[in-house]
Amino acid sequence: MSRIVLEHIDKFYGDNHVLKDINLVIEDGDFMTLLGPSGCGKTTTLRVVSGLEKPQNGTMTMDERTIINCDEAFYAAPSKRGLNLVFQSYALWPHMTAYENVAFGLKIKHLPKAEIEEKVMSALKVMRIEEYRDRYPNELSGGQQQRVAIARAIATSPKLLLLDEPLSNLDARLRIDMRAELKRLHKETGTTIIYVTHDQVEALTMSTKIALFKQGEISQVDTPLGIYTNPIDLEAADFIGNPRINFIDGMGIFDGKTLRVKSDVGSYEFPLCDMKTSEEYPTNEEFPVVLGVRPEMIELETVRGDHPNTLEAVVYASQPAGSETLISLTAGKAEFLAIQIGLVEYDMNQTVYTVLHPERMNVYNKKTTRLIKYAYAAHKA
Amino acid sequence: MPKEKRRRPPMTWTRLKNQVLNVITNPFNMIVFISLVVLFCLIIIPLFTMICNTFQVAKAELRNIPDAQIGDFTLFYWKYLLASPLTAAILWEPMLHSVMIGFFVTIISIPLGSVLAWLMVRSDIPCKKLLSMLIIIPYMIPSWCKALSWLAVFRNSTSGSLGLLTGLGLAVPDWLAYGPVAIICVMVMHYYAFAYIMVSGSLRSINSELEEMGEIQGANKLQILKSITLPLVLPSVLSAAIMTISKSIGSYGVAANLGNRISYYVLATRMKEFINDSPKGVGYAMSIIMIIMACGIIFANQKLVGVRKSYATIGGKGTRSNLMHIGNAKYPLLAFIVIFLFAAMVMPTFVLVMESFQIRTGGGYGLDNLTLYAWIGTLDNAPLESFAYNGIFRNSEFLRALGNTVKLSLIASIITAFCGQFLGYISTRGRGKWYGKAVEQMVFIPYLMPGVAFSAIYFAMFSQPRLGGIIPSLYGTFALILLVSVVKHFPFASRSGSANMMQISVELEEAADIAGAGFWRRIGSIVIPLAKNGFISGFMLVFISIAKELDLIAILMTPSNYTLSFLAFEYSKSLMPQCADAIAIVILLFILICYRIANLFGADVGKSWG
Repeated sequence: MSRIVLEHIDKFYGDNHVLKDINLVIEDGDFMTLLGPSGCGKTTTLRVVSGLEKPQNGTMTMDERTIINCDEAFYAAPSKRGLNLVFQSYALWPHMTAYENVAFGLKIKHLPKAEIEEKVMSALKVMRIEEYRDRYPNELSGGQQQRVAIARAIATSPKLLLLDEPLSNLDARLRIDMRAELKRLHKETGTTIIYVTHDQVEALTMSTKIALFKQGEISQVDTPLGIYTNPIDLEAADFIGNPRINFIDGMGIFDGKTLRVKSDVGSYEFPLCDMKTSEEYPTNEEFPVVLGVRPEMIELETVRGDHPNTLEAVVYASQPAGSETLISLTAGKAEFLAIQIGLVEYDMNQTVYTVLHPERMNVYNKKTTRLIKYAYAAHKA
Repeated sequence: MPKEKRRRPPMTWTRLKNQVLNVITNPFNMIVFISLVVLFCLIIIPLFTMICNTFQVAKAELRNIPDAQIGDFTLFYWKYLLASPLTAAILWEPMLHSVMIGFFVTIISIPLGSVLAWLMVRSDIPCKKLLSMLIIIPYMIPSWCKALSWLAVFRNSTSGSLGLLTGLGLAVPDWLAYGPVAIICVMVMHYYAFAYIMVSGSLRSINSELEEMGEIQGANKLQILKSITLPLVLPSVLSAAIMTISKSIGSYGVAANLGNRISYYVLATRMKEFINDSPKGVGYAMSIIMIIMACGIIFANQKLVGVRKSYATIGGKGTRSNLMHIGNAKYPLLAFIVIFLFAAMVMPTFVLVMESFQIRTGGGYGLDNLTLYAWIGTLDNAPLESFAYNGIFRNSEFLRALGNTVKLSLIASIITAFCGQFLGYISTRGRGKWYGKAVEQMVFIPYLMPGVAFSAIYFAMFSQPRLGGIIPSLYGTFALILLVSVVKHFPFASRSGSANMMQISVELEEAADIAGAGFWRRIGSIVIPLAKNGFISGFMLVFISIAKELDLIAILMTPSNYTLSFLAFEYSKSLMPQCADAIAIVILLFILICYRIANLFGADVGKSWG
């Protein structure tokens, strides 16, 4: 069991305020990813949780046990927190073999030799590197070093596993393999994991929850699907998803029941039940909005269909890439991108008919940059 | 973004208790604290004490200062030094000599070393590997050994026994054998290698692509040299020049060996006279002046070079250097280097070695004039009446000095290297924090001071009981010499410790921390095993440096504590230089062997502070 609660965490380096009032709850068994561009405070948050950094304000508890209480200047030692950490650089001790690296933490705990042997070998087996037990780190490839580092972290059976951009030093193929490996590891051990990355694909593919960081603050905490379909602001929307989301400017007016938006890609009506009512936007007054449309949500036909929101567009360029084809389109002054599965041929300047399903659209208030209308991942039931 | 006010939590007992516990239970904090206290006691307090001593009446001056009590405030010493009829003789003249020597040594050795460096690194001169090894050997040899070699060649009747040239019937005038010319020549032989090491290091670090780019732009070799290579190495040349001035102004051994016989004094030798004989306060005042001069020069270095120094290290992948073809010039240049090395190193060493086998110095190398007496002879079968000692291996003084040297070098270098690693650890892990800076700056102070001046500080501090007798007078004890050797080598040791610790990523320690290893366990299982090689090479370099040290310990020597260096220095003043030569040869061999061993551990001669 391990439920972690961070409350009002502030961290300063000199006058530099790097973590601003961080509040985060990590439920037992979560795979929580801290996602954000570099320098946004995600690694610092991880180090605060691990105990390598001491925050100036706030509290942290694990299963109701106080770990940090800044008001009382109480900080439990890292080793007393029942967690383990995998560093971005792996931080394998170069003078110890793979086996010795993994066994170190167990030796510190003065476990009997047989038990150490058993635990180390089982950790190495989970990571499928038993045969490298007597090699030194510099005799291992990057991927193998990575596995040793993870084996070292799980050998002590921590209640909480912290991973600091563990895949960023691997090549693209290995990264995909290790993602699957980590996901299985999480399922098999049931350990709570906090994972730091700047790679949104990693975050979306592996996590059960994502905390999106922005300049030392958490801007959104949600499931991967939630973050993907409804990014909280324009910046988050732009950051999540590849290829990136289409932004189309428009003017909106809200009469208390319906939001009506006019834009180069047509006029749309959004009912109140889809609106994010907690956000700030004017009523009965026209205001600039931004429509957010995921490229893969756009339907594309060469003949006009009967959907009421059908829009005529012109192919600007088409980029077949094997498994998918990216099509750049223009409609009026708006430019947007659509994705179709497989190889599809379009001519330049060909006229096509698209459907931008309004229920799949995000609407943002341009002034506050915040989300004001939710999208649905599929057709509304 | 408006700057937010930081919230300060209210102070409660639990908070205070936890804060205190956080500090106390962390051994790292304790080590930092102890280091700061120790450094303060060993560096700041002695310096301060010496400054005080120049303003306080000492017992010896009671009769010179009417109505004075011991410890009274007085300006007597400073007046004596700066504004008395003697000032010209005891201050201005030695200072002029020092500065002049520093000046000439620098303007000769820097160009010499730089040209050699360029030839060895960037040109296609033949036999590079052998030559570049031979060129740095002089740097390993203690400079007072070179002074003995000089004497072996040039000695004349002024000092009793004859040298090689006088023996051959050439009349060597005093101005050549002793005094400024001799001192400058001997120091040049030492410091050209220093300049060579610094400049060749910076030449090697220059990316050859920078020069290739110049070539593509259409510059010829001379233009490339002038407008690309030279500006890039200039900072290190300048730095070498300033270090050379500073070191040669402060050096004692060479000037004492070659100057004292004809009463040619420099600051360092004059100061020692004062400290060992007449008003010690004047000697202290002189050492303060020396320290100020050295500091001034080194700070000038940092002002001049400081910022620009950084680009000397611009590296790159340009390790493949395209050598400059110097065409037909290479053979004359090669001949020049060979002759230079012969005259500067081979010949003097040969003469020194041969002299140790001679019965009459300057008497030629005929079989009838050769003997092993200086090595293994005893007084009963001495070939000459004037021989005053047994051969060194039958001489209890030598054996004791050998024992002292080994004991001193070994103990001091172990302590120094060990402390150095700790200090390096503190200054790397405390980078950017106040205690890291404090340690770094305090450790740096001994580096600013010439060896003689530094030992004067310790002499002032410990030649009388301190703390009401808790610390007894240490003068004449091995402990004092040990202490001086250790503290003087702190800067070097801690720098090599820092370099060593930088290579151990903090994350390696953090990983162990999370695994549950406490501070000492981390040091024992992670830091020490990884720091081992760096530790050994640092240890060897300090060991060598202490083994050949003369300047630093000259003031503190008493007969029972003589080291080999000091014994050789004493013997060379007598009528029997053969024994001094033999001792110098022993040390030379010893040092070369140590360097060889140090090399096996990856130590770099260029990093030692000779």
